[in-house]
Amino acid sequence: MSFLTVENVGIRFGGLVALADVSLDVTQGEVYSIIGPNGAGKTTLFNIISGLYRPTSGHVRLDGEQITGLAPVKLAKAGLRRTFQNLQLCPSMTVIENVMVGAHLSLPHGFVQGALRFASLRRAEQSTCHRCEELLDFVGITRVDHSRLAGQLPYGAMRRLEIARALAGNPRLLLLDEPAAGLNNSETVEMAELIRKIARSATTIVLVEHDMGLVMKVSDRIMVLNYGRTLAIGTPTEIQNEPHVIAAYLGEEDPQ
Amino acid sequence: MEPSKPTRKAPLDWYWTMGWLVALLAVCVLPLLVTNPYYLDVLIRIAFNGLAAVGLNLLLGYAGQISLGHAGFVGLGAYGVGIATATYGCDPFLALIVTVIICFCLGWLVAKPVLRLKGHYLAMATLGLGLVVSIMLNAEEAWTGGPDGMVTSELSVFGFAARGETAWFRISWILLLFVLVLTRNLIRSPAGRALRMIEKAEVAAQVSGIDTMTAKVRVFAISAALAGLSGCLSAYYSGFITPNMANIFHSVELITIVVIGGAGSVMGPVLGAIVVTVLPQALADLEGYEVMVFGAMLIAVLLFAPHGIASLFSSRRGKRL
Repeated sequence: MSFLTVENVGIRFGGLVALADVSLDVTQGEVYSIIGPNGAGKTTLFNIISGLYRPTSGHVRLDGEQITGLAPVKLAKAGLRRTFQNLQLCPSMTVIENVMVGAHLSLPHGFVQGALRFASLRRAEQSTCHRCEELLDFVGITRVDHSRLAGQLPYGAMRRLEIARALAGNPRLLLLDEPAAGLNNSETVEMAELIRKIARSATTIVLVEHDMGLVMKVSDRIMVLNYGRTLAIGTPTEIQNEPHVIAAYLGEEDPQ
Repeated sequence: MEPSKPTRKAPLDWYWTMGWLVALLAVCVLPLLVTNPYYLDVLIRIAFNGLAAVGLNLLLGYAGQISLGHAGFVGLGAYGVGIATATYGCDPFLALIVTVIICFCLGWLVAKPVLRLKGHYLAMATLGLGLVVSIMLNAEEAWTGGPDGMVTSELSVFGFAARGETAWFRISWILLLFVLVLTRNLIRSPAGRALRMIEKAEVAAQVSGIDTMTAKVRVFAISAALAGLSGCLSAYYSGFITPNMANIFHSVELITIVVIGGAGSVMGPVLGAIVVTVLPQALADLEGYEVMVFGAMLIAVLLFAPHGIASLFSSRRGKRL
């Protein structure tokens, strides 16, 4: 039974066909990676799944329910969270506050409750704060950094902070958009471990990533996009030996 | 700004509470020491400007949405109570409450279409809103007395009249201190974090489940209500209102207060209101050159403290007052 289904999705921007007839299905608890050369439409596909773009054709289903073109807020309520390739943090808030934004829906977030600091709100804040501190431990941000401003964190920690914020919403489906972009080798290894750790907690993960080492290490299945079309779908070993994929990445061998 | 920990209170929290209590004490004691009504008058105007600026700061400093027409709501507040009490003889306190609610609702209605715009377009649209109010107040002479202004009645709450600088000093500053506590609470609550996230990363806020449009509309309505409240109070205090309070210069003054004081800090608007209200008075001796000196000082503040005066007091780790 597939958890996330993308059926024949296509999107065009003016005359440009960014995605054509792309289908995929992700089973629950799986790590599913989308790879492809630059401009293949990976992030566009992400933006469609997370409700930022409305596809020109096709459908997206989450756990059997139609979610095509739903607003991001509704998708968040349905249990979908994502991170961004270009970091989307609030640098003037502390690290822990940034994570707590991810728990927005599970907290009383009215203006009146906030301004009057209702006792119920204080209690909820406190337990959420504890949970978010544990999440930061989980992604590997040390306690001394929790009360620092997010803008003062090193780059690699900001990437993990984004993941902690997404996890704070208890997602059923987590979309990671190039989590290893800009990370050095040892940080990338840590990121791979973190992704596996999240997957073990029964969260379904869809991953867009350029770092092949990381993709091959963490993925259960991989889809290769090229020029907005599906090139291949399979396990890491299948993909590594797929001639079309090798051609797309390395160029075709001279028939001579 | 960090959420309170169960074990120990952050030192900044403690400073804030102590500072607030000292300020409250000062509000009670100061009128006994300061007998010159002129000084009290300046302090009262600081509080009025501060009230409007605190609201604008929520919108501009935290949610990152500009309004170049907020003086329009100040004008609506002032003329709302002016017309209700002087022309129709309504109860002044009731008129004040109803007027503030009307400003809130108008802010809400206006915000829905206007906040779809961003950046320069939002600035132009709100500028237009302010102009509409300003032109209306000038043109509808039958209601507002036109450019000559109108006389308002005095505020009385359940039979007690608010008269004289001492009473008004206490009313205005206690209200301001109260609003500051609410603002600080709000900013540190989930709703406040949502606003701050909207300013820096609106898409990330949306995918975290924050209904950004509703949050922006709400904060616009709140800031409109506070601007209206500021207008109501100054109308009752000064006893005479003119359409000038709604013009573009006053809108720009409010933004100047927020930016100079420190956009996105709780105390910023108060510090800004002190500077922008006091400086022109203190420089009055320069006879004509005071505007130049004032302008130069504002540029100096922006050059050396781009995040406003409040940022000069922020702690080493960059937390704001």
